[in-house]
Amino acid sequence: MVFLGSYNLELMKYAKLLLSFILTIVIFFVLNTKMGTIPPIGKFLNPYNGIWQNEHDESISGEITIPGLKDKVTVHYDEQLIPHVFAQNEHDLYKAQGYLTAKHRLWQLEFQTYASAGRLSEIFGETALNYDRSERRRGMGYGADQAIAYMKKNDTETLRFIQDYADGVNAYINQLSPKDYPVEYKLLDYKPEEWTPKKTALLLMYMTKMLAGYDDDLEYTNVLREIGEKNFNLLFPDFFDITDPVIPKETDWSFIDVPQTDLPASKVVLDTITATIIKPHPDNGSNNWAISGAKSKTGHPILANDPHLGLNLPAIWYIMQLSTPNHNAFGATIPGALGVISGFNQFIAWGETNATRDVIDWYKVEFNEDRTKYKYDGTWKDVTIRVEDIKIKGKENYKDSVLYTHHGPVVYDKNFMSDNGRSGYAMRWIGHEGGNNQKTFIEMNKAKNYDDYVSALKYWNAPAQNFVFASTEGDIALWIQGKFPNKWEGQGKFLMDGSNPENDWQSYIPQAYNAHTKNPERGFVSSANQHPVDENYPYYVFNDGYETYRNRVINDYFNSKEKFGIDDFKALHNNNFNLKASELLPLMISEMDTSELTEDELIIFNEIKNWKFNNDIDEVGPSIWRQWYGKLRNLLWDEFDIEDVAMMKPYTYQTIYFLKHHSSHEYIDIVETKDKVETSQDLYLIAFKEAAERLNEIKSEKGDYKWLKYKATYAGHLLQGLPAFSRFDIPIGGDRNIVNATSENHGPSWRMIVEMTSPPTALGIYPGGQSGNPGSKYYDNFIDDWAEGKYHELNFLQSETTTAAMIGTLTLKPTN
Amino acid sequence: MKKNIFNFIATIVLASALSYVLPWWSIMTAALATSLFIPLKKAAVFFVPFLAITFFWASYCFIVSSANDFTLAKRISTLLELGGNPYLLILVTGLVGGLAAGITAVFGKQLALTLNKK
Repeated sequence: MVFLGSYNLELMKYAKLLLSFILTIVIFFVLNTKMGTIPPIGKFLNPYNGIWQNEHDESISGEITIPGLKDKVTVHYDEQLIPHVFAQNEHDLYKAQGYLTAKHRLWQLEFQTYASAGRLSEIFGETALNYDRSERRRGMGYGADQAIAYMKKNDTETLRFIQDYADGVNAYINQLSPKDYPVEYKLLDYKPEEWTPKKTALLLMYMTKMLAGYDDDLEYTNVLREIGEKNFNLLFPDFFDITDPVIPKETDWSFIDVPQTDLPASKVVLDTITATIIKPHPDNGSNNWAISGAKSKTGHPILANDPHLGLNLPAIWYIMQLSTPNHNAFGATIPGALGVISGFNQFIAWGETNATRDVIDWYKVEFNEDRTKYKYDGTWKDVTIRVEDIKIKGKENYKDSVLYTHHGPVVYDKNFMSDNGRSGYAMRWIGHEGGNNQKTFIEMNKAKNYDDYVSALKYWNAPAQNFVFASTEGDIALWIQGKFPNKWEGQGKFLMDGSNPENDWQSYIPQAYNAHTKNPERGFVSSANQHPVDENYPYYVFNDGYETYRNRVINDYFNSKEKFGIDDFKALHNNNFNLKASELLPLMISEMDTSELTEDELIIFNEIKNWKFNNDIDEVGPSIWRQWYGKLRNLLWDEFDIEDVAMMKPYTYQTIYFLKHHSSHEYIDIVETKDKVETSQDLYLIAFKEAAERLNEIKSEKGDYKWLKYKATYAGHLLQGLPAFSRFDIPIGGDRNIVNATSENHGPSWRMIVEMTSPPTALGIYPGGQSGNPGSKYYDNFIDDWAEGKYHELNFLQSETTTAAMIGTLTLKPTN
Repeated sequence: MKKNIFNFIATIVLASALSYVLPWWSIMTAALATSLFIPLKKAAVFFVPFLAITFFWASYCFIVSSANDFTLAKRISTLLELGGNPYLLILVTGLVGGLAAGITAVFGKQLALTLNKK
């Protein structure tokens, strides 16, 4: 017994040892491993290299050695954490830009190129695979390769600057140890990789996709088949009954001597497409305008720009002053791209809005049996294959073979969103052309006058932009710049037969014939994503979702009086007038039969009756309008709700036009109610009752339905709006189609006003902050002022010795 | 009692020294070492290193975070669903470290007992 007892005791000891050992291993494993969305807690929270090491502002003084610099670079930071960079030559300047952008925005800088390249599965695992496949089939990596190849062949100088930028980014990355990685890397448990010139090309592709990656050709094709040509032309006209184009109507085009491509006898391919790839936000757009000296209170031209993009944190823009002894530029940069994108120098100011031209077309291609050839011009042409090797976190790689035709990549085929074994849809996109977009900004930053501006623009292919311009010499101008196919009438509005050579893009509009205006008589230029030109422009342009409200408010404003000053510009940026509502609401109010309303509904009805069409935060009108119009639109276009067919509903302007002018059209009727034919009055009433019900629900959820709470504008962190790193319920009015275009998560991402004094004086603000670190007070410190409609003065330093009001100076030094 | 205090201090000193060469699990290594060389008894085996590291990590985090107005701590506390309270995050961080250290120390104790028998 004694023997057995001691044996048991011994056994117990080993069991305890084993148990405590297992426990130790388990706790190590649990704390060291990412589980689902939970970061590896031990790594993440420990004080030496976890998130606690990110609990500080960036250091902004001292000396740093950067390999490859030719000379010393001085960087003064002002109190907004804007770096003012003084380099002795351009190579050092772009090294410094790369270094500083990485220093303050590394995670965002890299993440955006992962998103562009279709590499999110590497970070998030299989959930991102479909996104990655879409981006790769869209040819994002292919387009970036084309751009690099073009520069290697035609412009090694620009490529060297891009390499300088890469060297700067890498100099920063190489200085980091894991404890210094931005907090998002720790959260997702990965680390930064080397930056390459291709990443800059990918970033430019990302912008091209965001701004010139939207199209509805396949949806139009379905709509045409479903509703027939007559109804299609009524609901989707090439031009609306009113146009207030970017380039003034009275422009003389007689200098253009290259005609539009002749119309071939080509037929639309009426296929049924069930779904299409994810598209960029349709509201991606912007405002810009400039007034001449004669129209300005001070006699100096004044220019303004506000690009409307997703409201994200870290913000898309990073403000910098970038100077060498030969030039001095200041304004908004985009992490990943060189130079200032929207800004000014000592002589000129410039800014962009999206030109929204149709530069994506779709071709149906038919393959041979083993899909190695496709039909073209009566013969068979070889397919080339690009194998997309997609790395997936925690899984084997996914290999996707994308077939390329002379049109471009076959996005939809039997392997992706289609089940037709022998055919597919190929995408022709200007984004695949290669080119030298980066050079435009490098040259624009140095431009001294109108001629320099025009020659800088020549390199710009895509995304097509309305480039506004003003100079200290007193010129104002606006060029719609991009590489545009010279299309035949109607070309590319619908899916085309890819075997017919007549359907190919035949030629491009010569760059000099791109629509533009310089010092127009009316004394101002402006653009707000509306129609670029009226019907008199000699090339084919059709309405592909053009804006029809902001442009009219802006142009009416500048026609309303003689002289304008900075305060007028601020007021216009922050203008909340809802022109759209003002054009339909009076009709809805007067036509609806109010005797059918309950007491509760009457209260809401009286509220909207008293609304003066301003989308201010303390109004209830905007919320009621949104609900009422939204329900009305759904009831009206119920003919467009067809299962498994990708459709699109008519644009707002044409919807309102239709209600006003075609109120007895068969589409007014609600299809579902077989025994009753509804009139537009009926629709207004049904929509109102539905809207009132929803508004009362919102009231019980949120307390009230004032515009502030209804819209609840937020700036969401790039990681799917991670609440901890986002800002919610930002008190700002406006909405889409309003000059202050702030909707829920989209709006003026940078507001700039530049007066062309010598040197220019400028104001600027954006909804974010200069630091990408959620642990920095500079992460989101501009948001409150931005929401209030305030601006910050941009301190345009004329030499590096001026250090007034600077909070730190960083010196970048060469190795020896 | 004296041994407890000695172990407490040694664990902190060793953990902070090892943090320069090892990742976060340097605390586990430290707790293992002290449990082998400064053996404790009963509940103290777990609780002394547990309290030592909890105290060490929490005060480290507090010093770093208070210097920056707890800006990031508040956000991470929201992220980990701790209600945005930075002090709670600091406490949780301490407890995570403490737990890892305490469990490793228990293993160290068992290891010492087994080795000593032979």
